[in-house]
Amino acid sequence: MNGWILAIVQTSLLLLCAPLLTGWVKWIKCKLQSRQGAPPWQPYRDLFKLFKKEVVLAESASPIFRVAPYIVFGVTVLAGSVVPMFAIGLPTAAIADVIVLVGFFALGRFFLALAGMDVGTAFGGMGSSREMTISSLAEPAMLMAVFTLAMTVHSTNLASMTRYLLEQPLQLYPSFVFSAMGLLLVAVAETGRIPIDNPATHLELTMVHEAMILEYTGRHLALMEWGAMLKLMIYGMLLGDIFFPWGIADSFAPLPLLIGFLSLFLKLFLLGLSLAIMETGLAKMRFFRVPQYLGLAFILCLLGMLSHVILEIN
Amino acid sequence: MITQQQPTQGKVSSFADQLTAVGIRIQEDKPLPGMTAQLKLRSKDWGFAAKVAAQNKLRWSAVWGDHRPPKIIIRALLFGVDGHLLLQTEVTEGSPELPSQAEFFIVASRPERYLQDMFGVRFQEKKDNRRWIRHQAWLETDFPLRQTFPVAGNPVENTKPDNNYPFPAVDGEGVYQIPVGPVHAGIIEPGHFRFQAMGENILRLEERLGYVHKGIEKIAVGRDLDGLIRLAGRVSGDSTVTHSWAACQAIERALEINLPPRALSLRAILSERERIANHLGDIGAICNDVGFSFAQYQMSRLRELWQRQNQLIFGHRLLMDLFVPGGVSVDLSKDDILNLQLEIEQLRPEVEELLPLLLECPSLQDRLRDYAFLTTADAQRLGAVGYVGRASNLQDDLRRDAPYAPYDQLDVKVPAFSEGDLIKRMRVRGEEILISLDLLSKLLKQLPEGSLSVDYSLPGREVEGVGLVEGWRGETLAYLRLDDQGKVLRYFPRDPSWLTWQALEMMLDGVIVPDFPVCNKSVNGSYSGHDL
Repeated sequence: MNGWILAIVQTSLLLLCAPLLTGWVKWIKCKLQSRQGAPPWQPYRDLFKLFKKEVVLAESASPIFRVAPYIVFGVTVLAGSVVPMFAIGLPTAAIADVIVLVGFFALGRFFLALAGMDVGTAFGGMGSSREMTISSLAEPAMLMAVFTLAMTVHSTNLASMTRYLLEQPLQLYPSFVFSAMGLLLVAVAETGRIPIDNPATHLELTMVHEAMILEYTGRHLALMEWGAMLKLMIYGMLLGDIFFPWGIADSFAPLPLLIGFLSLFLKLFLLGLSLAIMETGLAKMRFFRVPQYLGLAFILCLLGMLSHVILEIN
Repeated sequence: MITQQQPTQGKVSSFADQLTAVGIRIQEDKPLPGMTAQLKLRSKDWGFAAKVAAQNKLRWSAVWGDHRPPKIIIRALLFGVDGHLLLQTEVTEGSPELPSQAEFFIVASRPERYLQDMFGVRFQEKKDNRRWIRHQAWLETDFPLRQTFPVAGNPVENTKPDNNYPFPAVDGEGVYQIPVGPVHAGIIEPGHFRFQAMGENILRLEERLGYVHKGIEKIAVGRDLDGLIRLAGRVSGDSTVTHSWAACQAIERALEINLPPRALSLRAILSERERIANHLGDIGAICNDVGFSFAQYQMSRLRELWQRQNQLIFGHRLLMDLFVPGGVSVDLSKDDILNLQLEIEQLRPEVEELLPLLLECPSLQDRLRDYAFLTTADAQRLGAVGYVGRASNLQDDLRRDAPYAPYDQLDVKVPAFSEGDLIKRMRVRGEEILISLDLLSKLLKQLPEGSLSVDYSLPGREVEGVGLVEGWRGETLAYLRLDDQGKVLRYFPRDPSWLTWQALEMMLDGVIVPDFPVCNKSVNGSYSGHDL
């Protein structure tokens, strides 16, 4: 019973904290560009504002366009609920393993891309086509990384993965290093950050994610935006769980939970910082370079798999 | 960087002989002040003369009309290494037929379509006779720049939708069209871009402009000279100094006013300040369009400080309304000069530090180098001016190649490159900032004493004049005809954007759709200056 309450608390916290992470990255970026910048809690205000606004629908919008925000948001929340946040051993972890997690993301993306094409504007279609190009290359790399990790820990369940890693003495697996690098590249691509996509652009022709949600307004837009924020946070948690599991609580006692929470906070704080630094120092990549970039991610993940098979078995 | 001087090669002084040699009957007129030569042709020789001009490597610069019932006077401006030549012909308003020059100067096509829309001049044997500026707001029989057309127009209840503009179709499996604009997601001016693309590859781009037509030429008619300069300052907000100067120069040449040296130097100071501000903004904007916002904010910061100084010293951030016929309306005190010199010394190290940083940043280089070429041949064929031309080694800079006071006393360096890719268009701007800073400190140091403006008397007869100024975008023209009371009979400002907009269409070979915005920014044509 305790576990379920904790799971609900965790998911609510995820929903609540995700805008803060996005705001934090934006704030750091502003500081790095010597700008004053909006406070880190600005995304809350933006979401609040959007939820208050009325929804304007295109005349050609089909029901898919209307339900897509709820599906995208719902699937993202579901995905978030199975990723350990500050404690492992929650009952929600049994709902899905990491392969299903990849599937959740794919489902959300499927509806996002449909919604992009639904109204029939050129930009929506372009955005959907680009998103699919990127994800069709990103997903194999991600799965490859996941398989490598699963082979090491003999499980595809995220919570058991983390637990296994915590119980092991600290050692550097070559396969983990490769997978971490590959997964990092995938995470940047999947969350639509520079150098793959520019979340701050106003140029319709260069957009990927923004182009798909260009026609959304009001609460629909809010859900889409919130979904994207959640996704960034989930990828952050995922990287933390797998590669920096230390600090996460493995019992439901108050002290470990507190430590788990603080360590998560620290991890995301650092992750946001490094993301902002990277985004400030890089220009966006030419779109036709993205396959090379994701190809590199795939090769890294493949190397991880090979080094596991060759070096780590036995 | 190319340091060898190489402006347009042809010579306008020998053009008359060349025309006579091929049997075209011409009449040589006394050139207007500032022009090297002026030739009158029969209307049927109009196209052939362009052919001779093209063969002799003159650069085509502008064409404009002037309705003087029952005739329409058509004039074209050509540029050679020895100055400008005005070509003139006339057609009757009853049957305004004229051979097209667009076959020999591709850049003439749109200005001719503009003439066709505004004056009803029909160009013979011209492939492209589509409406250009008028869209659907006027009837087929309305020609707004004819004298009989009322200034207020003939408003109709509802303007017809402008939805059947015949863009040439590109057929093939997987070819699709992307309409972009005129309303954009960002805060920019309105313009429509029609892409024909296959996947992400741009096969063809065609621009459709005219959404900010304000009727500048029509409302100029009847204004007094001060009113005209105020209007000229609003042709394009970012080029307010340039257009004001061009219009002032046209007036002063028409009325034969000699300006006090202090006024001339102050004008040059204003013009260089405008150039620096816009180039700073552009460099940042180019980088921002490839997602490198660091540069955008640094450059915006510098530009903002620069413009605040404008506000402080000249009373306007964009330097609007500082020109008056016969001089300037603003003076610099000793303190102001010191402040401006100090500012130059502050800006220069910042620019010198930032530019190499941007030019050497690998991820930025990856986006900007060797991409979206405008070849030298294309630039020459087009007569691209300003930074667009210079990046492709078409160097023409009036400050150096046809200098007007005070630039005739200054040594103006012109940066040029031969590659004509994105980063060169950015580098030209960077180099021009540094050169302009040099010019500014020289101008400030040697600012002559004297009055700010001179009194002038009204002509007492009909006069005309052409002003030609090198603005930050390039060669800017103003043609003016005044009546005996000094009221405007005809004002035609030609923004360099007329010439550079078309360069944008030509540089998209092998460019993909998401890279179009940065190409557009590297050209940065003015919509307002073009649409008039």
